[in-house]
Amino acid sequence: MEKIKKGVRLEHISKIYQDPKTGKDFYAVRDTSLVIEPGSFVTLLGPSGCGKTTTLRMIAGFESPDEGEIYLGDEPINELTPNKRDTAMVFQSYALLPHYNVFDNVAYGLKLRKVPKEEIRERVMNILDLVELTGMEARMTNQLSGGQQQRVALARALVIEPSVLLFDEPLSNLDAKLRVSMRTEIRRIQQRVGITAIYVTHDQSEAMALSDQIIVMNKGVVAQMGTPQEIYYHPVDEFVADFIGEANFLKGTMVVREGEKVTLSIDGNPLVVDGRPDMQTGSQYTVVLRPEAASLADQGGMPCEVVLSCFMGSYQNYHVKVGDTLVKLEEHNPKNKRIYQVGEFCSLVFDPASVHVL
Amino acid sequence: MLKRRNITIPFYMDPWFWVKLMVFVIFALFLVWPFSSIIINAFKSSKVDGFTMANFEKFFRKKYYYGALKNSVGISVVPSLFAIVLGVPMAYLMTRYNVWGKKIWHVLAILSLMSPPFLGAYAWIMLFGRAGSVTTYLKGLGITIPTIYGFGGISTVLTLKLYPYIYMYTSGAMESIDSSLEECAENLGSGKLRRFLTVTMPVVTPSITAGALVVFMSALADFGTPMLLGGQDFRTLPVLIYNEYLSEIGGNGNLASAISIIIVIITLVMLLVQKTYVNRRNYIMSALRPPKEIEVHGFKRFLVTLPVFLISFISFLPQIVVCASSFQHTNYSSFTGGFTFENYQNLGSRLWSSMSNTFTYSLTAMVFIVVIGILMSYVIVRKKGKTGGLLDMLLMAPYVIPGSVLGLCYIVTFNVKPLVLTGTAAIIIISYVIRKLPYTVRSASAFLMQMDPSVEEASINLGVTPMKTFWKVTARLMLPGVFSGAILSWVTCINELSCSIMLSSGKNNTLTIEAYTNIVRNSVGSGAALSAILTVTSALILIICLKISKGKIRV
Ligand SMILES: Nc1ncnc2c1ncn2[C@@H]1O[C@H](COP(=O)(O)OP(=O)(O)OP(=O)(O)O)[C@@H](O)[C@H]1O
Ligand SMILES: [Mg+2]
Repeated sequence: MEKIKKGVRLEHISKIYQDPKTGKDFYAVRDTSLVIEPGSFVTLLGPSGCGKTTTLRMIAGFESPDEGEIYLGDEPINELTPNKRDTAMVFQSYALLPHYNVFDNVAYGLKLRKVPKEEIRERVMNILDLVELTGMEARMTNQLSGGQQQRVALARALVIEPSVLLFDEPLSNLDAKLRVSMRTEIRRIQQRVGITAIYVTHDQSEAMALSDQIIVMNKGVVAQMGTPQEIYYHPVDEFVADFIGEANFLKGTMVVREGEKVTLSIDGNPLVVDGRPDMQTGSQYTVVLRPEAASLADQGGMPCEVVLSCFMGSYQNYHVKVGDTLVKLEEHNPKNKRIYQVGEFCSLVFDPASVHVL
Repeated sequence: MLKRRNITIPFYMDPWFWVKLMVFVIFALFLVWPFSSIIINAFKSSKVDGFTMANFEKFFRKKYYYGALKNSVGISVVPSLFAIVLGVPMAYLMTRYNVWGKKIWHVLAILSLMSPPFLGAYAWIMLFGRAGSVTTYLKGLGITIPTIYGFGGISTVLTLKLYPYIYMYTSGAMESIDSSLEECAENLGSGKLRRFLTVTMPVVTPSITAGALVVFMSALADFGTPMLLGGQDFRTLPVLIYNEYLSEIGGNGNLASAISIIIVIITLVMLLVQKTYVNRRNYIMSALRPPKEIEVHGFKRFLVTLPVFLISFISFLPQIVVCASSFQHTNYSSFTGGFTFENYQNLGSRLWSSMSNTFTYSLTAMVFIVVIGILMSYVIVRKKGKTGGLLDMLLMAPYVIPGSVLGLCYIVTFNVKPLVLTGTAAIIIISYVIRKLPYTVRSASAFLMQMDPSVEEASINLGVTPMKTFWKVTARLMLPGVFSGAILSWVTCINELSCSIMLSSGKNNTLTIEAYTNIVRNSVGSGAALSAILTVTSALILIICLKISKGKIRV
């Protein structure tokens, strides 16, 4: 595809809905600005009701923003109706046309663009080959499995060669195993075609596996945008840290700064970490500690009491109390390690480089 | 208040704006305006200038008039109650037991509901009337049977014709009860009867009352039955409207208008009563596990089948009686037995003209009904908002306004400039469209509500314009729902009597009008032959439709 890749830009987008019960207006999406690079795979991730679908539907044109402007490439597209936008969407419910067979479903968008018959045939067959559905073009859509239907939906979106592919939880109707294989498939195809893709999900592992960039949304606003690593290791706030993977939050007061390093006092225990320039002595800070980054030892760290100890196969799951704070941790490969029992007093140890100060 | 951006496209660019406008213009022109005219008409009199209550005073002073009001209420309330007595047990047995020949009884119920409006009365007269075959036979044995003319006969005929409304509404509700609810009651140790009274009944009562309301409204509006069985002394309001209108020819139908207003007020009151009752106890249910059919065998199976058989067979009997009689010799307005085709042969050209009228009018009306029905149900379901709600309300109007009232409305309104339509075929077609549209819209909307809207969005998203998407995808997928509704619209158009008889000018007579006039004129042979043709036509259409839609018809 020799088309010029286009990115998507949202500038101060808001969407207002009316709550059907109270009749009050509220922001489903609020003052959101985003830059999505051409050719990248971006996921919108967030809890239910945070405005992911609304954002996606505004890009597709099914909802019009109440404030702000959306750009496709450099062109503002607010005024364009969905059929005039160069986007193609893959729906959660597949939304295949039940009265057409696989071939006609995929060819649907092309036929109405008055593409010559020969070319339609060639393009459809190529795409069906790409999604590995060759030989099924005569089947009716209700004769396909869920995964195959989703591939038809994907092929149908790809065949019109849109600038941007939009996905709204396309895998949530599939079983867990198929979900994993389909997401690798989607990623493979996106990279082959080199198309810009925006993908909505509330499944964080899906987001991690697929994305160049993850946009975490919360209550209608963007909480953080970044690569999966940035989001995981450097979450901007407790919401993001907690939403992506498991997180422990340790509260501490800053006692001293020595160059880059700062010392925090957590429940009386000193912790030396990389500090930010704006941190002030005497203020309270929260430290994010991932469960897999910590382990237990007889001594040498923060004194703690074990309140839960549970064998999970690949790891031993502990809950310990440091002062009043509950810390969850996972001791991986526990076979050759000492197992601490509930009620034991021991020591919580971790590499200060693996924690992140909010 | 948060600030919203205005819709970007101007309203006149939105095709749906024009659709809504068109629908409103149609309803305004052919429902609101005519009805307003008779409201005004009801408060006028040729004797005084300006507005007056004289017509209403006259109505409530003379027994001739207010007696008809009492009669009308009687023959609407009593059939509603008896229809519950027949319909609810039938629904229960049909949904819960492996009744023999289930499909047949179901089809018979639909057939009797959709039969020509005077058919039941006519068949009863043939059997139990003054010169009826059973009456004559029993007289020979020295037995006299109670008269079927008047209140008792009309109520019986209407009950037997209309009970299927209750049966269908109730069985719909019974199928949607989650079986765990009833099992739960059983676990707690309730007996079958108690379970039925404490669990099943409360859940289905809203549907029963909805069905009873429809029975009430249909019985109140019925024109053919009281015309044939009422005789000189038992008049109902629709009959009065017709008589008044006939005797006021050349006049302006002031009294008939007043009577129409009274009928409409009665239906509106019943509608409100039913709505408030249901709103107070609304159990929304969707069966996760629809109740299982209980398998019974041998004598027990016979026992559960017998009541269902009796009910549906007796209500279907008139159609057999009429068809069979149509092959008998006749002699001075009575049947004399034997077998002959002469009744059919004697019809001659009347048959062809009325037949061609029936099909031309009903099929023309169907074209409008299907197109408007598809567009309207889309607006109601997908474009919600104020307009959708208003349209939904307008759709109730044909249920509330009886056929004879609408007929009067049209005569009063379209007899004079600016729009003179009386005596034309167009006015009959228009009355069909307005009165029978709801069947199609309701069935199509119910279907559309279950359709995934993202299919349409996907099509638009692939670059197809919304209008093209509507016709290529939405309308196409709605067809099964539209089809089953349209068939009902069609059959009821074919059998329409109360409105078209007032609008027809002889040369516009349809099969139904022709059959009815022959019966009234005592030309029994032609009457029976025409009725038989009508019955068989309706039955064939319905049966074909049931075959295609696999028995899924909503009334
Ligand atoms: N048409 C509508 N009218 C009113 N409110 C709406 C409408 N559509 C969505 N909302 C509300 O807007 C908010 C955001 O909805 P949205 O569908 O974008 O959530 P989401 O992030 O996609 O959630 P999920 O993960 O559950 O799909 C929700 O509170 C929702 O109830
Ligand atoms: Mg969503």
